[in-house]
Amino acid sequence: MSDRSRGYWRANLKVKVPLLVIWGIFGYVLAILLAEPLNNITFIGFPLGFWFAQQGAIIVFVALIFIYAKRMDRVDEEFDVHEEELGSARKRVQRSEGQT
Amino acid sequence: MSSIEAWALVFTILTFSLYIFIAFRTRVKDTEGFYVAGHGVPAVANGAAIAADWMSAASFISMAGLISFLGFDGAIYLLGWTGGYVLLALLLAPYLRKFGKYTVPDFVGDRYSESARAVAVVAAVFVSFTYVAGQMAGVGIVFSRFIGVSITVGVIIGMCVVVIYAVLGGMKGITWTQVAQYSVLIIAYLIPAWAIAARLTDFPIPQVSFGEIATTLDQLQADFGLNEYTAPFTNRPMQDVFFVTLALMVGTAGLPHIIVRFYTTPSVRAARYSAGWALLFIALLYTTAPAVAVFAKTNLLQDVANQPWSERPDWVRNWEATGLMAFEDGNDNGVVDSITSNPDTTPGELVVSPDIMVLANPEIAGLPAPIVGLVAAGGLAAALSTASGLLLVIGSSIGHDLYYKRFRPNATEKQRLAAGRIAIAGAVLVAGYFGVNPPGFVGQVVAFAFGLAAASFFPIIVLGIFWKRTNAAGAMSGMVTGLTFTALYMWLTLYGGMEPWFGISPEGIGAVGAVINFAVTITVSKRTAPPSEEIQLLIEEVRHPRLGGEAVRLPDSERVTSDRT
Repeated sequence: MSDRSRGYWRANLKVKVPLLVIWGIFGYVLAILLAEPLNNITFIGFPLGFWFAQQGAIIVFVALIFIYAKRMDRVDEEFDVHEEELGSARKRVQRSEGQT
Repeated sequence: MSSIEAWALVFTILTFSLYIFIAFRTRVKDTEGFYVAGHGVPAVANGAAIAADWMSAASFISMAGLISFLGFDGAIYLLGWTGGYVLLALLLAPYLRKFGKYTVPDFVGDRYSESARAVAVVAAVFVSFTYVAGQMAGVGIVFSRFIGVSITVGVIIGMCVVVIYAVLGGMKGITWTQVAQYSVLIIAYLIPAWAIAARLTDFPIPQVSFGEIATTLDQLQADFGLNEYTAPFTNRPMQDVFFVTLALMVGTAGLPHIIVRFYTTPSVRAARYSAGWALLFIALLYTTAPAVAVFAKTNLLQDVANQPWSERPDWVRNWEATGLMAFEDGNDNGVVDSITSNPDTTPGELVVSPDIMVLANPEIAGLPAPIVGLVAAGGLAAALSTASGLLLVIGSSIGHDLYYKRFRPNATEKQRLAAGRIAIAGAVLVAGYFGVNPPGFVGQVVAFAFGLAAASFFPIIVLGIFWKRTNAAGAMSGMVTGLTFTALYMWLTLYGGMEPWFGISPEGIGAVGAVINFAVTITVSKRTAPPSEEIQLLIEEVRHPRLGGEAVRLPDSERVTSDRT
């Protein structure tokens, strides 16, 4: 394994691990394990534990995936492993077809 | 024919014509198009297709009702059936897309061994069949309820439509039909929910406004002698809620018909984004469902609880006629003293089918007949889209993994395509048979399909990507022990009279099965030889969106190179 790909993999994990920790905190700690005490707090008209379990965690899940995709765009470019845009690939292939 | 039936018929004919039109426009000529839509589906469209694939008749019709009777604990479905997408997006989707073959057993076979591929084929077909039987039954039920034809005729109509677009268009036809089906089902779900929110709270966004109603409902439930609606762990102990949620999440990430959808995107990047779009589209329904549950339960309690049955409102009378509500006066006082959704476990005077919460919503909200007809079309869209995705997995497991990979490795493109088509058509027939004659265990098995998927696929695919040292012996032993443990625990607690361990119900045991699978795979892999150089290179390749010289990410159908395999 080259240094570059080792670095890329490490950067990749650095993006993933914190997001998975947040996933666990919202999906399991706040929505389930702490639901009983949190229900004593009211949040926009909801008992807070109930809100996390039936609304909040789902919204956080959606956000996590988009944050992941955005951050990986940056990491991919940084390590130059990003994919070519479809349009420019198509043009290049057409060019090379013209040559052969 | 009532006006509701007429409108349901109109919407059904309109939407079915649309699906068949799309199928005709997207028909395919090669296996690439047939199995993975030519890797040409944009991220947003793939997201909508995944959402339609994912949300079944159960999500559309039954889930809100189930939640309304579980209260807080209904979160197992809401969390469990959404959180898995985070795992999919971060741990599986981009790598499987880069791998770029056709099926889940393809990955297992190439990464591990041919015998691991065989186990994966059996697991994929079993999981998908248990699931699809419920979908076909769902199609029949919607037809019989809204249009007044028998369940058998309904199932046969559904089969004909699926055969047309799945056999003709394969994955490409299915994908674009699913995009249309998602649009139909989400509109049909949101319009009644908005209307009912506006009626109850003067604020039409149900996600925001159901908080105040939930507090009212807490009071209503307490007055009626039920647990407070928003109080946690009244139906299941905390550890069970935890484990069931985990099993459903991990199971979601291991379901073959969802995983294969990520093979259809044009790039690794698009695979990541399509997971985000998918969950956003799913969340539109999944954040509305708990609101619908609260609204419907409040309406139900206000209209009938502690009141004389003879004074019940019209909508109750209408649904009583369908057999979805039945009142049996236990103490002959003519008053509804208790309500239950499951008379086998909780006795109650008024027995209410959970399905009614979504089906009766438009009527309770006083919406006109066309909207009720739209709900019928939405239920059909949900059932058909999920069925077609599952049938494709069964078809590709048999046509690709079994016929081509195992028995006829030198079959021509034409023969392979024909094999795929015949396999799907055969699967539709079997699924239709089970739709008309559902085996008694199907209802339960669908929930357990998640546990089995969690205990088999998820751990070995994740380890196969993230830990190079994982080898075939490890993966095989992990899959087999995970599956055996999970299936045995389910069997013993359901039929063997075994007491659940630590209050973990059979629905939640898949989470433990997955942990066992991880542990066994790691232990056995460490004690046996590491995988070959070739496989290590495959993992390197899969981990990078683009590695070395390969810069072109055109859909495979447009590639000029002759490296097709």
